[in-house]
Amino acid sequence: MAARTTGRATIGGTAVAVVLLSPYLVMLFTSLKPASELSLTPGRLLPQDWRFDNYVTMWQAAPVARYMLNSLVVASSSTLLVLLIAVPAAYASARFAFPGRRLYLFAMLVVQMLAPVALIVGLYREFASFRALDNLGSLVVINTAFNLAFAIWLLRGFILTIPASLEEAAWIDGCSRQRALLLVVLPVIRPGLVTVAVYAFIAAWNEFIVALTLITTEAKKPLQVGLTQFIGKDEVEWQHLFATSLVAIVPVVVLFLLVEKHLVGGLTAGSVK
Amino acid sequence: MGWLGLAGWLGPSVVLILVVVVYPLIETVRSSFQSFSLTGAVKGSAGWDNYRTIIENPAFPRVIVNTVVWVVLGVVLTTLVSLPLAQLMSKEFWGNRFLRIALIVPWATSVVMSAIGFRWILNYYYGVLNPLLMRLHVIAAPVDWLGSDRTIRWVMIGVVAFVSLPFTCFALLSGLRTISDDVLEAAAIDGAGRWQSYRHIVLPLLRGPLTVTVLLNSIWIFNSFPIVYVLNKSNPGYLSDTSTTFMYKVAFLTERDVGAGAAMSVLNVIVIGVGVALYVRRSRME
Repeated sequence: MAARTTGRATIGGTAVAVVLLSPYLVMLFTSLKPASELSLTPGRLLPQDWRFDNYVTMWQAAPVARYMLNSLVVASSSTLLVLLIAVPAAYASARFAFPGRRLYLFAMLVVQMLAPVALIVGLYREFASFRALDNLGSLVVINTAFNLAFAIWLLRGFILTIPASLEEAAWIDGCSRQRALLLVVLPVIRPGLVTVAVYAFIAAWNEFIVALTLITTEAKKPLQVGLTQFIGKDEVEWQHLFATSLVAIVPVVVLFLLVEKHLVGGLTAGSVK
Repeated sequence: MGWLGLAGWLGPSVVLILVVVVYPLIETVRSSFQSFSLTGAVKGSAGWDNYRTIIENPAFPRVIVNTVVWVVLGVVLTTLVSLPLAQLMSKEFWGNRFLRIALIVPWATSVVMSAIGFRWILNYYYGVLNPLLMRLHVIAAPVDWLGSDRTIRWVMIGVVAFVSLPFTCFALLSGLRTISDDVLEAAAIDGAGRWQSYRHIVLPLLRGPLTVTVLLNSIWIFNSFPIVYVLNKSNPGYLSDTSTTFMYKVAFLTERDVGAGAAMSVLNVIVIGVGVALYVRRSRME
């Protein structure tokens, strides 16, 4: 009986997994087709002539390397900033009692629910008045702010699980609060730091609407915007478009697998325990 | 510790939120009461004109209906598929790990890229969905999924549910993990059938995670931009737009009317505010 139910679960689970992966498999197979096979009607799933060299030629098809570099710069800078700003903030909101602490955490919860798209008109006007449109630095700042709330809530949760006595022992040994945070707390909350870093990186890597609105120069476009501008044009080199997409997707999926078990808790932080 | 000391710990985060969230919110409201030239320069005060312009736009009622249908059906579909899927994932079986990895892929991938993939799959001439459905005898002739406003809205709802599944499944799964096997065993001993114990034990215990995912998904789907943007990109007009993409088009693409776009943004923010209020009311702050 038990074996039969597991067998059924295996069949059902595999079927669902295949459905979930199917759009990405279609993208993979399309990325391996020669240009001539893209205009076949009706469409076919598999390439007849497998062109693995599309993954070489894609780098010349559009300024793909430039787009990726831009995304990499924005995502890594904003990840670093998120960590630098969120760690002390999370620590203070976990360890210090101060008037306004509830308000601070509450405000962070509200910010986490807001998406840049809701404020895009205001963001555009503001950065225009700073003369900071078409500037990768602006993308770094905006991504950092919108990923901060998640980071603070998640790290605060991790810090609250550490017994205060651990730090107090370090203080007695002559450590300042800052040194104790660095030497005692940070090593213990490493899984939290990794989760925040990965989440902030992926969120910035995948961010679309702010980059779409603020960046106009071709050489400054991040990948997500660089790729979508071909959509709707007559001559889309789908094989190169999907080859590029998959090169961008695979590392992100691997990173995500590392931290998946902490993510749900972080995204619903403050709501249910 | 004095305020100065505290500012060292919290200051940067407060400044950043003020600059990137609070000020743009104020700026959006302010812009909604100003009139702009086509180049984006402020011409002067507009009173409530921008709100009148947006509400009197012939597409406005249609956009509102689209948005309600998009959010409600998107959330319902996501939830109905996630419930059994999470139940399946909570079981031990060979291939469980594979299913978890498969569910991570649409979560980690940018929604833009998933949407581009679907746009290609659904393509009337070259996509693989039409030949597949024809071979399965679901349809008799190719369907122009993205070209007809009768089909595109359902397609878009399907895609938004697809990308919302992973988070919802994992959140419900972590809820299921908190239900002890003892309770279910006791129910089985008392003669409860599978469906009975699901209906009377599992579902009530899942109420917390269910409420949270429904609220979060409602806000996220309301705010979702890339799916409609990518799938609907070749269609003129606002027939298939939601209030978010409508706002964006009015402000930056079709009419380039920043003031009217700002007015629509303010209306959107009010709706989001209701969702956020419901969400934070549930929160336990300490």
